[in-house]
Amino acid sequence: MQADRIEKIIDRHQGEASSLIQILLDIQGEDNWLSREALERVGERLGVSLARIQHIATFYKAFSLVPKGRHQINVCMGTACHVRGSPRVLSTVQDLTGIRPGETDLDMKFSLETVNCLGCCALGPVVEIDGKTHGNVSAANTADVLKGYE
Amino acid sequence: MKKIRMQIDEKEVVAEEGMTVLEAALQAGISIPTLCYHEKLEPFGGCRLCMVEVESGGRTRLVVSCVYLAEEGLVVRTRSEKIDKIRKVILELLLAHAPDSPKLQEYAAEYGADKNRFEKEASFCVHCGLCVRYCAEVKQKHAVGFIDRGIRKEICFIPEIAAKECPGCKECFELCPTSYLQAAYVLVESLASR
Amino acid sequence: MKLNTPQDLEKLRQDILSKRDPDRPCISICVGTGCLAFGAREVIEAIRAEIKTQGLDAEIDTKGTGCPGFCERGPVMVIYPQEICYLQVKPEDAPEIVSAIKAGKVVERLLYVDPATKEKATRESDIPFYQNQERRVICNNIRIDSKSIDDYLAIGGYSALAKVLSGMTPEAVLEEIKKSNLRGRGGAGFPAGRKWEGSRNAPGDTKYVLVNADEGDPGAFMDRALLEGNPHAVLEGLIIGGYTVGAREGYIYVRQEYPLAVENVNLAITRAEEYGLLGENILGSGFDFKVIVHRGAGAFVCGESTALMTALEGRVGEPRPKYIRSNVKGLWQKPSVLNNVETWANVPLIINRGADWFTQIGTKGSKGTKIFSLVGKIKNTGLVEVPMGMTLRDIIYKIGGGIPGGKKFKAVQTGGPSGGCIPESLLDLQVGFDELTDAGSMMGSGGMIVMDEDTCMVDVARYFIEFLTDESCGKCVPCREGLRQMHKILTRITEGKGREGDIETLEELSEVAVEASLCALGKSAPNPFLSTLRYFRDEYEAHIQDKRCPARSCQALTSYYIDPEKCQACLICMKKCASKAIDGGKNKIHVIDQEKCTQCGVCLDVCPSRFGAVVKISGEPVPPPIPEEQRTIVRKKKEK
Repeated sequence: MQADRIEKIIDRHQGEASSLIQILLDIQGEDNWLSREALERVGERLGVSLARIQHIATFYKAFSLVPKGRHQINVCMGTACHVRGSPRVLSTVQDLTGIRPGETDLDMKFSLETVNCLGCCALGPVVEIDGKTHGNVSAANTADVLKGYE
Repeated sequence: MKKIRMQIDEKEVVAEEGMTVLEAALQAGISIPTLCYHEKLEPFGGCRLCMVEVESGGRTRLVVSCVYLAEEGLVVRTRSEKIDKIRKVILELLLAHAPDSPKLQEYAAEYGADKNRFEKEASFCVHCGLCVRYCAEVKQKHAVGFIDRGIRKEICFIPEIAAKECPGCKECFELCPTSYLQAAYVLVESLASR
Repeated sequence: MKLNTPQDLEKLRQDILSKRDPDRPCISICVGTGCLAFGAREVIEAIRAEIKTQGLDAEIDTKGTGCPGFCERGPVMVIYPQEICYLQVKPEDAPEIVSAIKAGKVVERLLYVDPATKEKATRESDIPFYQNQERRVICNNIRIDSKSIDDYLAIGGYSALAKVLSGMTPEAVLEEIKKSNLRGRGGAGFPAGRKWEGSRNAPGDTKYVLVNADEGDPGAFMDRALLEGNPHAVLEGLIIGGYTVGAREGYIYVRQEYPLAVENVNLAITRAEEYGLLGENILGSGFDFKVIVHRGAGAFVCGESTALMTALEGRVGEPRPKYIRSNVKGLWQKPSVLNNVETWANVPLIINRGADWFTQIGTKGSKGTKIFSLVGKIKNTGLVEVPMGMTLRDIIYKIGGGIPGGKKFKAVQTGGPSGGCIPESLLDLQVGFDELTDAGSMMGSGGMIVMDEDTCMVDVARYFIEFLTDESCGKCVPCREGLRQMHKILTRITEGKGREGDIETLEELSEVAVEASLCALGKSAPNPFLSTLRYFRDEYEAHIQDKRCPARSCQALTSYYIDPEKCQACLICMKKCASKAIDGGKNKIHVIDQEKCTQCGVCLDVCPSRFGAVVKISGEPVPPPIPEEQRTIVRKKKEK
């Protein structure tokens, strides 16, 4: 992310140290990851040590320290989806994409994560791709769900 | 400084206002096991070894003595069947990571902890946090910090800062109960020299 | 336009109402996250396009509203003023729906049909799912456009705030809240009045009121529905709380996984500020109050009160010891009242209708209603609001419709990862804070996950412990290391590698976590294990001693077998098997090669129900394949 965009985001939050997480969320939201340069600049402006920022960037699951793929797959592993068979769905997604949660494939096409409840329990098991919710996913129809993503 | 009168293990103890129960005990020569406590650092309350039983206002409960403030009339017990069991299990859990740590071995002998109770873990860090906190609070260099959370939590050096600050310092090395810190430092040093 | 007095507010309300014709048809469609996933956006657009096509713009209104709770049958539509309720509406239904309104008729095929009596229910209130609920808080969701403050004013919104600011002292408000015995709806059930009082009396000029909208319990989405659907109700409660406690600033901590809730609550704050219901000198009372929204960044532990406050300060969500309560030393070490979304939403109701009205329903220790998210193996998945004291049986069967697929109920899990499982023998338990705690579970935030005969209770315990090994902040040994070892042992047990002594070790680790953990996450982490051990010990023993999973769920202990008596060689499972583990052909009985089978379960899913040939076996050897010559099916020829 260009330096001036980072400055603008920090300025939006009046450069307050307590807004650190909000600032990082904004940068993550735009770029889909947090670059080293972004972290260093935020630390400088807010007067926060890089060690602390590093802990925050790894502690909270919303942040990624590596660039992500074009399509983000989130498989819900919440209790309701679990009881309806989400572990099998996850293993099918892993087989089809070749990656495990936290990974991005070599073509930078898919990034896979598990999430702990999207709040759509009536449609469980749920798989969210690029913000679109796919409900009633099973091992049998997972391939169809993943079709069409370039 | 206002004086506070309390009782620790049936011994009358006088503490100053603002002292923790642990500080009052140490001052009175009563020993309580600790791992993450250091007099120069803010209390951490992570290892839970220093838990004691306190009675005040008719209520008895277990508290962490390095954090709990001394109170007038407090009755403290540093050993009991429950406390000893907690310490034994905590030691067994930590010995799965660092069975060779001299400090853990010493406590293990006292509390009957079995270092082979749990399968050995790959990382021998016990997360006492002394290195991270010392570098942040005393040296104020922040060369080493924590990353991640839960069972994946680790300590991690910031290579650029470590390269600059650590060679001339290394004061945290003697604080580490397991020498994991030295191992982590050697790794980051060798990666930086590439 | 700023409202400077309570009278200005009333005048505005009357003004809004006078411009609305109560007899004019209004089509309300739920656009909460759940129904949006079902295609509600396309439905509302189709409806609007159809109204335009039929030239009825001036006669029929449409609204995108909040979640009314019947999530299993979404998209949900209610047509006012008759309250006609249509379920599972599709965009293609738009022409018929609009024409029916014009003709004063009803589209029968979109109505609810009672599965037992086959009777149709026209009105929302006739549907058994809703009839058996007591919907004091969530009832307004379907009536208002979640993005409109005027809609909220039209149903009486902010009248409680006006009542408070036009003559009630903070002490009087506090007394009413205390009298109502409103207990926190987020998990611990601590009396809200006592919490507020502690902060009110604490020394210091700077105080805070906070909304916990982190809703981390998987399977719980009540707060999402409230915050998306009726954010002003929460704001109104928060402003009243701020006035009572003496706080000038309020924070709403919302999980970032709820983008629509974040959007709607931010919009609600802007609208409230425009009317002067937030800001300086609210309604001329001299009371200043502002609200800031803070997004969570993906950490379950930040739902814990002290961790939430630490996160608000811009740090990692590590809980702090509670030797000095956070309502005395909380956010920035100032007195802070943290309450859950649903707790705040109850406040305007208590002020308007009185504590006596509030306490009319409930049990001795738990008054009012509670919203539960009824999910899992249940027919009517959704959000239900019931009076405290209703039995679990009534919730699950009368409202929930029972277990789908003809399966047998096994347990209901409440309280999220801090709670426990309640077996069939306790189905007549009345829901209430103390009642659930005594049974070995807890109320928690309201997640109610129904499990059936196919759910392995040992796996349930393993699942929750695994969740917590990831979500624990990792600071203290009893939680981080205790859960690490508990997870290893439980995983071994589900893999058929359980050993004598495992249960005792798990019990000892549980004891230490309960006694010595830093925060409530660690202290309550063993609950799912302890409660499943209490009620389903036989399952643990079967796994450890017999290497058998009674629910036939644990993959390592379960084999799939095609019953040769039932197989009709339809080829469906053969084609779907990803491991190519099924051998067979047309008229040749299918056989699963156990070496290649990965126990994925697809064959069981796809075998036609009229054959039902695939069975799961656990704890016994799989019958060997029948001899080749017996595998050919001879079909009876039809009589000519």
